Amino acid sequence: MADSATLPKDTPAYDGPPDYRVVGKHGVYPETTHDEIARFNFLAQMNRHLSTKVMPGVAEAFEARVEPGFKKEAGRDFENRHEVRKALTREPIWQWWSALRRATMETRQQAGRWTTIRQADSLNETARALTEGDERLQLDPKLSLPRGVTAIDHHCMPGSYHSELVPGDVTGPANYDAGIFATTGGMLGRYNDGGGVAVAEWAKRTLGPDFKPKRILDIGAGLGHNVLPIAEAFPDAEVVAVDVGAPMLRYGLARAKSMGIENVTFVQGDVTDLSQFEDESFDWVQSTMFLHETSYKTMPAIFKETRRLVKPGGIVLHVEQPQYDENMPLFEQAMRDWDAFYNNEPFWTKMHEIDLDQWMKDAGFSDNELIHDGVAAIVDKDVFPDAAEDDSEDYGRKAAWHVIGARKVA
Amino acid sequence: MSTLDPLLLAGTKAKGKRPWFLDNPDVERVMNITLALAQEVAVMRERMDTIERLIERDGTVSRDAIEAFEPTKAEAAERGLWTQEYLARIFRILQQDREALESPDEESSEDVAEEFAKT
Repeated sequence: MADSATLPKDTPAYDGPPDYRVVGKHGVYPETTHDEIARFNFLAQMNRHLSTKVMPGVAEAFEARVEPGFKKEAGRDFENRHEVRKALTREPIWQWWSALRRATMETRQQAGRWTTIRQADSLNETARALTEGDERLQLDPKLSLPRGVTAIDHHCMPGSYHSELVPGDVTGPANYDAGIFATTGGMLGRYNDGGGVAVAEWAKRTLGPDFKPKRILDIGAGLGHNVLPIAEAFPDAEVVAVDVGAPMLRYGLARAKSMGIENVTFVQGDVTDLSQFEDESFDWVQSTMFLHETSYKTMPAIFKETRRLVKPGGIVLHVEQPQYDENMPLFEQAMRDWDAFYNNEPFWTKMHEIDLDQWMKDAGFSDNELIHDGVAAIVDKDVFPDAAEDDSEDYGRKAAWHVIGARKVA
Repeated sequence: MSTLDPLLLAGTKAKGKRPWFLDNPDVERVMNITLALAQEVAVMRERMDTIERLIERDGTVSRDAIEAFEPTKAEAAERGLWTQEYLARIFRILQQDREALESPDEESSEDVAEEFAKT
C-alpha cells in the first residue's frame, strides 16, 4: 500500500514528531508494549504542543503585560534576567505553561521508569552478559560522587546518573535512553545520536582529512550516545568515555557492543582528576551538554585537565547551549533559565553567565587557539524532525548547540 | 525474581524540592491528574486506531498483532495529526488566554447590554 493511499482528502500536511516505533532498537533497549509506545508518542506531542502552541504566549504576555507592569511599578526597565523571571512567575500564561512543562517531564519519567523497572531483571541480565569480564568497562566502586551529581536529581530523573536500585542496575540509563525521544520530539534521531553525528561531521569538515585522531576522550559521557557516532566516524581511534555514574557506563558498553561499536572503553571517574591518563595523550577531548552539570569549583579543574590531556595539534570541544551574553535579550535569558530553576538543572543558570573564553584562557589556552562554532543535530530527515530547519524555539531544549573549544598549537 | 515494585518506583519523586507554579497548589494537583488522564485517553485512542487498522488490513485482530503493529509513515502522520487536534481541543482555554492578550480592553456582554438598553 502506498503511503499516500491511506490519507483522507484535504488532510493537512503533518508537521510533528514521528511515531516512536522509528526509534532504533539495540541489544539492551527495553522492550516496549503498544501502550507504552503510545505514552511516549503522547508525551512527544505534548512537548511539541507546549513549545509551539503554549510557550509563544509567554512572550506575548511578557510584551503585553509583564514588562509594562514591571515598568509601571518599578519606574524603570528590567536590570537582569532574574527580575524578568520573577515578574514572569506572576503571569498566568507563564504559570500554566510552566506547570504543564514540569508535569510533562514528571509524566515522561514515570512512563520510562515503569517500562524499564518492570523488566529490570532481564535488562540487568542482558547488560551483565554483555559487559561481565570485559576490560572496556572500568568501574571504581570507591569513587566519591561529586556534589554536582548527588545534590539534586538532574532534569527530574529520579536517581540521576548514579543510583542503582539493585546491584548491576541499568534501568536508570535505559529510562534515559528510551525517553529522550519524548523530551526532544524525536529531534536527536534514531539512536539519540544526532548531536554526535553533527560533531563528527563538524570535525571532518573543519579539520579536514589530515585530522586522524588516534585517541579520543569524552568527558561526562553518560550512556555514550553522544560519543558513539564519533567512535563510528573514526573507527581507528581508541575512544575513552568517562562518567561518574556506574549504571550509565555499564549500559553504555552493553549498548555500544550490541550496536557493533567496539572501540569505546567506559571508565568511571571524576573528570576533575584524570591523573590515570598521561599528559598530551588524546587528540580530541569532547564534552556534550555536560558543563552545565558541573560547578564553578570543578570547571576550572576540568578545563585544566583538558588542556593537560590534549596533544599539540589536538582539539578540545565543548558542546553546550548558548551563553547569556549582552546580545541575548533578558527575556530569552530568563526563559533559558527555566530548566535551571524548574527542571533540576541548578548550575545551568550560573554556567551560562560566565565568560567561557576567559575560563579557557585561564586554563592555559591562548586566544588564537580558541574555537567558536555551532552545530545542529543531524538526523535521517525522511523520518525525524530536522533541528536546523525547525524555526520553533524551546529555550535550551532544541537540538542545536554552540561549540566552544580550542585547538592546541602544534 | 526482582524485589522491585515498578508501580511504586515509576512514580517516585526526583530529589530536589518541587516547584509549584499555579497560585493554588490544589489546582495544580488536579491539573497533573488531568494531564495523566489525557495521556491515557490518547493511549486508548492509539490502541483503538491500531485495532481498526488491523481489522481493515487483516480482517482479524489479536493482542500479538496489536503489539507488533508498525504504522506506515502516512498512518503515523494521521495518528500524529489526531493527537495534535486532540491537544488543541484539550488546551483550548490556553489558546483563548493567548488571544485575549490582543484585546485587553474588550467589552463584556454586561457592558454591551447596558449600551443596547439606552434609548
